[in-house]
Amino acid sequence: MDQLAWLPPHPDLGAALAAARAEENPAALLATAARLSGFRRDFAATGRIDRLAQRAIAEGAAPKSAGLVPYRVAVLASHTVDHLLPAMRVAGLARRLALAVHTTAYGQYRQSLMGEDAALAAFSPQMVLLALDARDAPLELPLTASEEVVNAAVATRVDELRRLWRRARQRFAAQVVQQTLVPLDPPLFGSFEALVPAAPWSVVERLNTALRAAAREEGVLLLDLAWEAARLGQGQGLGDAVRWHQAKQLVSHALAPLYGDLVARIAAAAAGQSKKCLVLDLDNTLWGGVIGDDGIAGIKLGQGSATGEAFLSVQRYAAALGQRGVILAVCSKNDMAVAEAAFAEHPEMALKRSDIACFVANWQDKAKNLRQIAQRLNIGIDSLVFLDDNPAERDIIRRELPEVAVPELPEDAANYAACLASAGYFETIAFTADDAARGRDYVANEERRAALEEATDMEGYLQSLAMVLQAREIGPAELPRSVQLVNKTNQFNLTTRRTSEAAVGALSTDPRSLALALRLRDRFGDNGLIAVILAKPDADALRIDTWLMSCRVLGRQVEEATLAVLAEAATERGYRALLGEYIPSGRNGMVEAHYAKLGFAPCDPPPGAAPEARFWRYVLGAAPLPPHAIAIETQREQVLTP
Amino acid sequence: MNEVQLYSQINQIFRDVFDDDAITVDATTTAHDVEGWDSAAHVSLIVAAEMHFSIRFRTAELDTLHNVGDFAKLIQGKVGA
Repeated sequence: MDQLAWLPPHPDLGAALAAARAEENPAALLATAARLSGFRRDFAATGRIDRLAQRAIAEGAAPKSAGLVPYRVAVLASHTVDHLLPAMRVAGLARRLALAVHTTAYGQYRQSLMGEDAALAAFSPQMVLLALDARDAPLELPLTASEEVVNAAVATRVDELRRLWRRARQRFAAQVVQQTLVPLDPPLFGSFEALVPAAPWSVVERLNTALRAAAREEGVLLLDLAWEAARLGQGQGLGDAVRWHQAKQLVSHALAPLYGDLVARIAAAAAGQSKKCLVLDLDNTLWGGVIGDDGIAGIKLGQGSATGEAFLSVQRYAAALGQRGVILAVCSKNDMAVAEAAFAEHPEMALKRSDIACFVANWQDKAKNLRQIAQRLNIGIDSLVFLDDNPAERDIIRRELPEVAVPELPEDAANYAACLASAGYFETIAFTADDAARGRDYVANEERRAALEEATDMEGYLQSLAMVLQAREIGPAELPRSVQLVNKTNQFNLTTRRTSEAAVGALSTDPRSLALALRLRDRFGDNGLIAVILAKPDADALRIDTWLMSCRVLGRQVEEATLAVLAEAATERGYRALLGEYIPSGRNGMVEAHYAKLGFAPCDPPPGAAPEARFWRYVLGAAPLPPHAIAIETQREQVLTP
Repeated sequence: MNEVQLYSQINQIFRDVFDDDAITVDATTTAHDVEGWDSAAHVSLIVAAEMHFSIRFRTAELDTLHNVGDFAKLIQGKVGA
């Protein structure tokens, strides 16, 4: 089994680790540990990287200086997990997180959550992972139990878990993650097992089905270890009977690097560190052969040959990712006309030119092109995944742009899609209708860009877009997408505060506070939910706790229109001013002057403010609001969609 | 694989697991002699050896390990056959 197969192997990881240990500068040591975490590694090497990173942090290295986002995860388990914590932290480094991981003695998860676990409370987790196993809390049903009896017992068990989830959310406002159950006992009946409702595997399967449904209802995320077990097969470090008897391990040391990564990728998604865009090479990545040499008739793609079908499977997977909201781009060494012709003219292409939000084909180096793609799409360079069959190109990008994820690819194109899927780059915490429409949005943005090139003046261009900004107080319909946006927006985000559905829900029901979701549509289409404002009372001012916006709508005067909405809402609630806050995060430099541009004046920080935060005040009604070219629609009532 | 090669490889496993290049083990080394060799580290050593030598220890064998010499003999029996 090749664990972490998408990570490149290091030529001599042992020597690199030994050399790193001599590093005396904590910041350099942390940066080295983070770099080494991106190589393929077994549990021993993973443990050594963890020691380096822990030492660096203990000696004062700041996670932010290494580009890492701090995040706290509590692992509450019904089996031994201590040996898995280093792998979680190291996988965190590889996903640009500085994870702090807290755990309690195994089997203590109920007491920890329902009682007063002071250590857990002091740790104040942002994520609580309930890592349970199939031997925990057995249902004790007779084998002859009827379907109804089994289902009732399953429902009772899941209700108990629901109470624990709610408790974790109430106490810590933490994102709860539930691990699904892996059968540990062998089946009793073989293939007949599932026809006996109370048979061991039957019960586990019913529990998992009920858990998944309950998790969806409660806004709980899954670590779907049951599916992972099905993918890996028995005896691959998961549910290993020897390790269970020896040390009550569900996941053994051998599988720790992968398990740690499964945890880290969910944490990364919750902390807004998931990837957003898949950049595709063309020749020998999306089709077999070289389009410039072989021509449209000569490349291998589509039905009729095994090779052609293999490349078609890559395209289909990429297209499906596009449909779930991953932005697609092309970066190829080709002539633009030749490359685009393949999309327009080859009958077997599963990917259409209109699926690609940014298409770059030229003879420049790819690092430069990837930078340009990120810029054109207005996303961070660290949200790109670059898929290229050529090891030399991969190597160059890893060296030039270490923040870009570059999966190592298997020899055979038939396995590209599975490899990309196994890397977990696009792990998410929600899937909404806006996600599904995103690909179309980015393509519409290209059309807007073209319209801008034709327009003679900016004012005329903005007027011609016929933009409508719709502001709504966040209700049940907007809640998941709003929270998702808050938790993943890094660039246009004034404070980078992350939140949960529970916290936003509380804010939206408080008449003195404000929780706004903003959508923008124009003549090219609906941009979807593009901005979120969360604001709370602070003396005579409405304090803007969170203001963030999708970079897709930059340069469209949405900020000015949003201020108009905010000013009206604040005036209505009897406030005299707006209080703006900017906290530099290392990634939100683009909004450093946001409040100044809107006419706010710098002011003293209120008590209890973060030391690095800067504050701005806008006195309502003192001066005319800045102009903008957007019609505003405010709706207070919820419109129910059929 | 002769005894010298075997002990050299076992030694490297100890150094990797305990992240300490100063460790040197011989047949008489026990858990008391190595700092940090607790029950959790013991499982780590076993798994590291299993992975390195591509072998599996049986549950009953795990109960018979008293020192590095026992460990080496078990490994030799599995890889040297």
